[in-house]
Amino acid sequence: MGVAKYTKNEKGQITDVELQSGIHVKTFYGPEDLERVGFSYEKDLADPGQYPFTRAIHPQGYRSRAWTTRQYTGFGTPYETNERFKLMIANGQTGLNVAFDLPTQMGYDSDDPIAEGEVGRVGMAVDSLRDFEVAFRDINLAEIGTGLTINAVASIMLAMYQAAAEKYGYDPKVISATPQNDILKEMIGRGAWIFPVEPAVKLVGDVIEYSIKALPKTNPVSVCGYHIRESGATPAQEIAFAFLIANAYIDNVLARGYDIDEFVGRFSFNLNVFGNLWEQIAKFRAARKLWARNLKEKYNVKKTSNMFLRGLFGGGGFGLTKAQPQNNIMRGAYYALAAALGGAQTIALCSYDEAYTIPTPESAVISLRTLQLLMDEVGMRDTVDPLAGSYFIETLTKEMEAKIEEESEKIEKMGGIIPAVATGYIQRLVSRQAYEFEKGVQSGEFLKVGVNIYTEGESKEVELHRYNVKTAEKQIRELKRVKRERNQRDVKRTLEALEKATKAGENVMPFLVDCCRAYATVGEMTKIFRDVFGEFEEPGLV
Amino acid sequence: MKAKAIKVLIAKPGLDGHDRGAKVVAHALMEAGMEVIYTGLHKTVDDIIRIALQEDVDVVGLSIMSGAHVPIARKYMQKARDAGIDDKMVVIGGVIPAKDIPQLKKIGISGVFPGGTPFLDIVRFIRDNLTHA
Repeated sequence: MGVAKYTKNEKGQITDVELQSGIHVKTFYGPEDLERVGFSYEKDLADPGQYPFTRAIHPQGYRSRAWTTRQYTGFGTPYETNERFKLMIANGQTGLNVAFDLPTQMGYDSDDPIAEGEVGRVGMAVDSLRDFEVAFRDINLAEIGTGLTINAVASIMLAMYQAAAEKYGYDPKVISATPQNDILKEMIGRGAWIFPVEPAVKLVGDVIEYSIKALPKTNPVSVCGYHIRESGATPAQEIAFAFLIANAYIDNVLARGYDIDEFVGRFSFNLNVFGNLWEQIAKFRAARKLWARNLKEKYNVKKTSNMFLRGLFGGGGFGLTKAQPQNNIMRGAYYALAAALGGAQTIALCSYDEAYTIPTPESAVISLRTLQLLMDEVGMRDTVDPLAGSYFIETLTKEMEAKIEEESEKIEKMGGIIPAVATGYIQRLVSRQAYEFEKGVQSGEFLKVGVNIYTEGESKEVELHRYNVKTAEKQIRELKRVKRERNQRDVKRTLEALEKATKAGENVMPFLVDCCRAYATVGEMTKIFRDVFGEFEEPGLV
Repeated sequence: MKAKAIKVLIAKPGLDGHDRGAKVVAHALMEAGMEVIYTGLHKTVDDIIRIALQEDVDVVGLSIMSGAHVPIARKYMQKARDAGIDDKMVVIGGVIPAKDIPQLKKIGISGVFPGGTPFLDIVRFIRDNLTHA
């Protein structure tokens, strides 16, 4: 999708290109450009695996380890999701990423009246530990890492993942989960928030703090520029806001008396891939460098590997179109290329039908194959950071770095990321930009194949994932059975302990694990948080 | 005499939090001179009816991305009848397959605007159908 602004002369020749982040691209680049931006090999690039890691976090890049493939998966009941997990693993997928349905994301049980019509619709329904036992049955949790795309109740889902792993005999110290656990970005885009900013950030901190000792192989937070970008942010804003958010979580944990080197090495990032190819590549390279510098200079991180920006680069949902949906397969391939040239640790692609539905098994496997093809057929593992030294890419990386810092300073000047989110400043900024962009698509300023160029008239009706109304009935039946069969005294005891700890401001994680083990439900645990914390009040649109 | 601005409620029923589309359309309607009220996220149908009554809007726009548009539309129209505001124009935007449009119209939804509908079409539809009502 064309996202840059192109100026043309009367002959139709391009006379200027302005990238979304506001950088102008020249006709060609040479040594004088590197001089202009003050490029230095040692300072700006260095060898792969060397600070500031612009080229790669590992000296061997993809030679030592290919990127993890981790398609976002989950729908219906845990039984159906378990089957799809196994299908993807059988097809060579190396990580899992769980999609939860909306009631689960919002902390409601499947039998809550508010969940009506939504149970198992956009993800897997989860009410109690029983559901995780089913979802992860016959999956080797010591070998495969699992992303849990959940935020407001990330603490509950991580506790449940631990309880499920224990149930299957795994030591929590060997399991590797990645709960998304990034609530501030939910308040900017995606919208699955529940609690007000302050307790919500405290919960994020609880998960990080708890993981230090109890779940050392878990990545307790995946900071998402991704959804901020989907909501209308430029690539430079995506990185700037994500880093400010990450720093807010760091500050929360530091305030509890920990040393930065104890926990920051497990932070991970989820960044977006749609847009101008060069701008994305430069964005990833600049981001790796800025994150390392932020940790070294601002936070005085000592251990080198703790300065790594480890990232899932992928998705690109906003770039997909419902018109000529098979074009999305090709878009996905280019997005994956951007991610790989940008040095991703993990890549996931939106499937070609994901612009309008839950992916079919076929489309999910096509996405996986796209990634495997790039990895094994065309030479993406040959050498580390193949674009290094390109006059253009190095200049652009430096320019992106400056833009990201500029966007960051704007927010710092107005008091920091927490007030900027709480007051709705960022939400208004990105939604205004989203509107301007949409106008550009409708006017034809931004070219989109199949939408405003190379169109084919009326788009064909596409096949949709059929929502099974029986799903909710089945899930509710299971929930009722669990509630009937569990030890009620354990449930009462663990929920009371959770309530007491929540009110006292203690770290809730150990209490949540106990609740999960006793088969307390997501709704029961969340209700305690709702009662104690209250709910986030969404700032206005204008 | 200048006509009173058309008042539109943009609503997000249900638990879905994807609001880029709702906000973008809100901006477009505002720029077209309409008065827009945005409910914010996670509203029940009852919340939306209450706000529509309180604000005495001319049009209610439901933004639905989760695939639950048919049950939500049905519930909305039922409750709107109960509240006596089923004469207010209701339009829907979001991820709506073409094959569901006849059913939505039958339920009583005046206009359906799947993602990517030009802003001008939405503005025109509201203007034309309100004046002819």
